[in-house]
Amino acid sequence: MKLLEYQGKELFTEYEIAIPKSYLAKNHSELSQVADKLRLPVVLKSQLTVGGRGKAGAILKCMKKEELEPKFTELLNKEVKGEYPSVILIEEAVDIYKELYLSLFLNRGKRTYSLISSAEGGMDIESVENKVIQDISITGLTQAIAESIGKNLGISGVTAESFSNIVIKLAKLVREKEAELAEINPVAILRDGTCLALDAKIIIDDNSIFRHPELTKYIQISELQEQAEKSGFSFVELDGNIAIIGNGAGLVMSTLDIVNDAGGKPGAFLDFGGRATTETIYKALEVISKLKKVKAILVNLFGGIVRTDLVAQAILDAYKDGMISVPIYARISGAESDKAKQMLSNSNAKLFDTVEEAISSLVQYIGLSK
Amino acid sequence: MYKKFDIFDILVGKAEDPDYGNKPVVIQGITGNFGSVHTRLMREYGTNIVAGVTPNKGGQSFEGIPVYDSVKDASKNFNVQISGIFVPAQFFLSAIKDAVNSGIKLLVAIPEHVPVRDAMESLEYAQSNNARIIGPNTPGVIVPSVNKIGIMPSQPFKKGNTAVFSRSGTLMYEVSFHLSRAGIGQKIALGIGGDPINGTNLIEAFDLISDRDEVDSVVVVGEIGGDAEESLVQYIEKTGFSKPVVAYVAGRSAPKEKRMGHAGAIVYGNYGSAESKISSFSRVNIPVAKRPAEIPSILLKLMK
Repeated sequence: MKLLEYQGKELFTEYEIAIPKSYLAKNHSELSQVADKLRLPVVLKSQLTVGGRGKAGAILKCMKKEELEPKFTELLNKEVKGEYPSVILIEEAVDIYKELYLSLFLNRGKRTYSLISSAEGGMDIESVENKVIQDISITGLTQAIAESIGKNLGISGVTAESFSNIVIKLAKLVREKEAELAEINPVAILRDGTCLALDAKIIIDDNSIFRHPELTKYIQISELQEQAEKSGFSFVELDGNIAIIGNGAGLVMSTLDIVNDAGGKPGAFLDFGGRATTETIYKALEVISKLKKVKAILVNLFGGIVRTDLVAQAILDAYKDGMISVPIYARISGAESDKAKQMLSNSNAKLFDTVEEAISSLVQYIGLSK
Repeated sequence: MYKKFDIFDILVGKAEDPDYGNKPVVIQGITGNFGSVHTRLMREYGTNIVAGVTPNKGGQSFEGIPVYDSVKDASKNFNVQISGIFVPAQFFLSAIKDAVNSGIKLLVAIPEHVPVRDAMESLEYAQSNNARIIGPNTPGVIVPSVNKIGIMPSQPFKKGNTAVFSRSGTLMYEVSFHLSRAGIGQKIALGIGGDPINGTNLIEAFDLISDRDEVDSVVVVGEIGGDAEESLVQYIEKTGFSKPVVAYVAGRSAPKEKRMGHAGAIVYGNYGSAESKISSFSRVNIPVAKRPAEIPSILLKLMK
């Protein structure tokens, strides 16, 4: 789960990592409530999960009170990479002397946490120069290690003390909240030498949420997503018009690739996981039926344990109940596939022996139906 | 890091062993939904399951297999080194500790949704006791025609000399199915697991077979997320690994910053992207198949 900036900053406050004074506003009435309290200039920041907000113009500075309203409206209506904000963070601008970069992340390859620091912060980490990557133990990050990190960045005195404090508190946050990533970009060094977190990017391990009831308020998923998750499915909505259903994340991803290669545009990724029963297939089709943009459904099911006639029955039921009307192209390997083909012969679904055949037939149909 | 680990010795034994191909296995979570179904299927395939574990169900039996409260109790009656773990994710860490403390050397960890912190702690615990974890979130490991510890269907697999290592479960079946149909059997097929932290990563999987002469080739099934494939390529370069390898990477068309089903399948910037992995393989002339169905013909060409 990727937290929004303000959510990450709420955790920073909990862990006593300094942030600028700020307010939240969802709409104009909330804006007018905070407007009088603001000390200008302020920075309006659209709260989005996607990156690159600065470049996209989703962060705007307001020098005068008159600018507040129009810029707020502009941000609320601004789409970035398909996402609109539900809230705007209004932060009092701070007087920055210098910007640093700091992040802690789960280094999967090394199976440990790594810390990245740089004396040049503020830009995308891939373009941050002179970054130092070091493995650390988030349970054993000592004051001495934290200080040495600051030393490497060439800071001293009050700044070094303030920075090492942030390093230690960030590690504590990562450990206790089970984060896969905690990035502060930039850490601002103010004129008085102290450090402040200007941004917050935190990703929490989804699988640990059951231990963190305090974080569940940050879960933001669409209704459809929620319905899918309740059934134990992984569901990702995509831009195109072909819904792809299968058992296993890798298999569905692979199917997505083949569809794409054949010129089709996937509109949904749905992995219904381990066991395929009549019920799971029916429920998966139910989720897909809510996506109006879907023009055809591709089912790729690698069986072995699954009986294909049961899958065919679920498909027939979905048509009979009027839940779906678009054609289904299915490749289902497993027992009883002749019987399944027979069952579907008078329906809007077609069974194929290979996924390539199913896809080429589907893509041809989509092409014709345009 | 792990010490050198002979997985075949633990899994099937040596030809002269009296229990060759018949090594005893304990199933943790045997009475659960998933555990019970697959205990039956593993047994049908020839896996010698001698005991099961479900806390508070000690003294019962499951289809003639005695059930104990803990692996510790089971190990008083059986000399087992292999455990198949089917417990719910929140009990994963305690199940691992119980098994490791009781002398289990190979832990096949099926559960999905294990928190990263628990996976890391499990791994440290296993490593310091010289035990090996496969998974979590793995379909398991199969030595075709001998035994299997896991949830894979048996039909796609045929006995042979290729090793299949896969980050995805269903793709491991799919790829093995295509291989078997083309007459390329498998010596071993092992699921790395779809999580960010893997008890046995791709490099360690390669290490398991690097000096086994009977393994004549490897198929590696990767996917987006992390840098396991990139690290594997460095290992192949550094060690001069010489067996023919064919790779496949799922998720070329997946969007960035979206978790594609597996906890570990997510791209941030270029980190974890399919392009990065494919270009790594290409750099050391490892062919990358565009579709699973292409793998056998590419492999056959390499083996000529």
